[in-house]
Amino acid sequence: MIRSMLFLPGNTPNIIVNGEILGADAVILDLEDAVAPAEKDSARILVRNALKYMGFGACRVTVRINAIDTEFWQKDLDAIIPVKPDLIMPPKVSCAKDVQTVDAYITALEEKLGLEKNTVGLIPLIETALGIENAYAIASASPRVRAIFLGGEDLTADLHCKRTKEGNEINYARCRMVVAARAAGVEVYDTPFTDVNDDEGIYTDAQYAKSLGFTGKSAISPRHVKAINEVFSPSAKDIAYAYEVMEAIRIAKEQGKGAVALRGKMIDAPIVARAQQTIAMAEALGLGREA
Amino acid sequence: MEKKLVSSLREAIELSGLKSGMSVSFHHHLRNGDYTLNAVMAEIANLGIKDLTLNASSLFDTHAALEDHIRNHVVRKINTNYMSQGLGRRISEGLMDEPVDFRTHGGRPRDISLGITPIDVAFIAAPTADCAGNCSGKYGPSACGSLGYAFPDAMYAKKVIVITDNLVSYPMQGWSIPEIYVDYVVKVDAIGNPQGIVSGTTRITRDPVGLIMAETAVNVIRHSGLLKDGFSFQTGAGGASLAAASFLKDVMLKENIRGSFASGGITGYLVDMLNAGCFESLMDVQCFDLKAVESIRTNPRHQEISAMQYASPAAASAVVDKLDVVILGATEIDTDFNVNVHTDSNGCIMGGSGGHSDTAAGAKLSMIIAPLFRARLPIVTDHVSCVSTPGRDIDVLVTQRGVAVNPKNEELMLRLKDAGLPVVDIRQLKETAERITGVPAGIKRGERTVANVIYRDGTLIDTIKSI
Amino acid sequence: MGNIIRQATAGTLESSDVFVSLEPCASGLEIEIDSVVQKQFGEAILSVVKEVLSEHGIDKGKLTVTDRGALDCVIRARVETAVLRGKGE
Repeated sequence: MIRSMLFLPGNTPNIIVNGEILGADAVILDLEDAVAPAEKDSARILVRNALKYMGFGACRVTVRINAIDTEFWQKDLDAIIPVKPDLIMPPKVSCAKDVQTVDAYITALEEKLGLEKNTVGLIPLIETALGIENAYAIASASPRVRAIFLGGEDLTADLHCKRTKEGNEINYARCRMVVAARAAGVEVYDTPFTDVNDDEGIYTDAQYAKSLGFTGKSAISPRHVKAINEVFSPSAKDIAYAYEVMEAIRIAKEQGKGAVALRGKMIDAPIVARAQQTIAMAEALGLGREA
Repeated sequence: MEKKLVSSLREAIELSGLKSGMSVSFHHHLRNGDYTLNAVMAEIANLGIKDLTLNASSLFDTHAALEDHIRNHVVRKINTNYMSQGLGRRISEGLMDEPVDFRTHGGRPRDISLGITPIDVAFIAAPTADCAGNCSGKYGPSACGSLGYAFPDAMYAKKVIVITDNLVSYPMQGWSIPEIYVDYVVKVDAIGNPQGIVSGTTRITRDPVGLIMAETAVNVIRHSGLLKDGFSFQTGAGGASLAAASFLKDVMLKENIRGSFASGGITGYLVDMLNAGCFESLMDVQCFDLKAVESIRTNPRHQEISAMQYASPAAASAVVDKLDVVILGATEIDTDFNVNVHTDSNGCIMGGSGGHSDTAAGAKLSMIIAPLFRARLPIVTDHVSCVSTPGRDIDVLVTQRGVAVNPKNEELMLRLKDAGLPVVDIRQLKETAERITGVPAGIKRGERTVANVIYRDGTLIDTIKSI
Repeated sequence: MGNIIRQATAGTLESSDVFVSLEPCASGLEIEIDSVVQKQFGEAILSVVKEVLSEHGIDKGKLTVTDRGALDCVIRARVETAVLRGKGE
């Protein structure tokens, strides 16, 4: 269960070494934007070694590789696939074919290296206007796609508009991403909140993303992780209600009743589905009934 | 009464009757901005006085000139509570014939008051004074706030010389140390560099590991059972400790807890807590930043305390004994919870107890905050290279990868476990660190004793060897 | 395989990192290590450096390692990067 995904620059040992204790459910080791072109080789080797010799404990590991229009992405995969990250994040994905290109390369590597197939997932980073319009095609382009990820910064540049804290400019993109992901049956992650000094703003931004249906959100600062985890965890109230719903259903079944009411409200299939999701999430997070 | 105000340091020293073999003392409220110790020692050297015992509450790198005075036998012996890295290294290399005696902020006034370390002449740098020697740290261009550590020197030295760069007309208002103790007053151009005396602002850490530890520290306090009305608290000025104070403030305000006092070295963060109503008062032995200086000058609830009242075991009672929680640092901690704050990982002197052992002994909950490893060096060892504070006085170690509770505090262990905090055995923390860093090779210590570490009750707790 | 053909560096002098500098040397292998944890890890660092060099078939070259408390996996990465750069790969 991944709520928070924390970007860590791929060429900074001091940060990578402590990556697993920063509270994020997943880290994104970045070989792309956080690394200068002249240091692509050293970051790639450092990230490979961090995975090979050290690991990130209970933290899931995503590696953001360089885009497929660069000379780096294949070398990135050559180095990283053998050390088995959970997910590969290809950036600037604009169509299903971009995903399939990366997928095919990984599959060939797995064959060559004798690795178990299809264990490495993909989380395409969608950050262009074309990518947003193709979001469903991207999300369903390969069984490797586990989630899609919205990149708000590059997108606004492509949209010829300014990125703001309120985020009205990416509202359509956010909604489109959620619908595409849910239609394809994959998870969906929101763009990071970029003001690292605004401890309140992160809550508002994360709550909005959650209200739209996002699975979780990324962060470029460890300071945002706590807020994201809090917002994307079911609340104690939600959990208690979910158990009540399930209990009401159980009793109704026992009594052979068709229609069930709880606190004067009819419990229909979507309410049951949401209760089941909440309980599954709470259990995955180790949150108890009373939590 | 003869005239106290004299025209030069030299005249004051001569009038004091200082002779070779005697002892002189200094306080460290001007910290790394202090000019006074160097100026006085230079004058003493010029006068041909030798073989002095130097009793300074702390020594900083700005006092590097001491190296020459030691080589030239002007200074024969040093008693101090803290020594920063530069001078510490020289001492560790074997600069002195006699070992340095390290005490604690409470042990020093104890031994001065009991006559164990008598002072012949005390030199008290004062940011403001009048011609009779009434003086204070709260006012003037070199204001440092509290003069807490200077009180025992003023009260017990045979002769007391107040040195000021801000002489005001008699009687000055709001004095801290009264004229009754003062023999001579000297006006100089500057007693220190204000920029080195207090930092403009002390900032909480931005280091994510420090913030994680601070958050855990506050959770430990919350679940210790001590965080309730009447709560008392002390913390150091380290980045993670300040962050903990800042998080603690949020918790106290949210839960509407009205504490009693915060003590020790005071920063702007504790002033904020006072002003927000988290505490009834601050008990200030030393100010760390301008906000603290401003507060002690203007807010009667922000009170100056002497080193004796702060921590002396010889005092009838002391503030440290009323503390609920203290947050402290460590360069090393061993699996018996003994803490080293005197030497670095190479065994080189770079600090001292200050109020570490005093507050640890007094507080109901003594917490160490330290990262599991710094660069590549694990913080938890089998045996610390120097015991500064005994493990029996430490209750809990907070790291970024777990909390270790001293088994002697079973109640705390149960409380923290029940609260779901990541409680682990301290040996497990050591193993976790070593799995990441590798096992460090042991350091060979030299043969010569370069320093004695004297616990607050006067007993020798450890010795530091040459490197 | 093949030896160092050009001067190369890798890493930084930041805390927890290591700066590796190497250059061709006809006579053999020269390794110089300067570390903030020399006393505790000097030997360990040397053996890791040698291991990486041997994995890459390097038996000639002059190597300077300035360590700021880097973990083994970081030292391995920086030495390997410097070697690949020095080989012109």
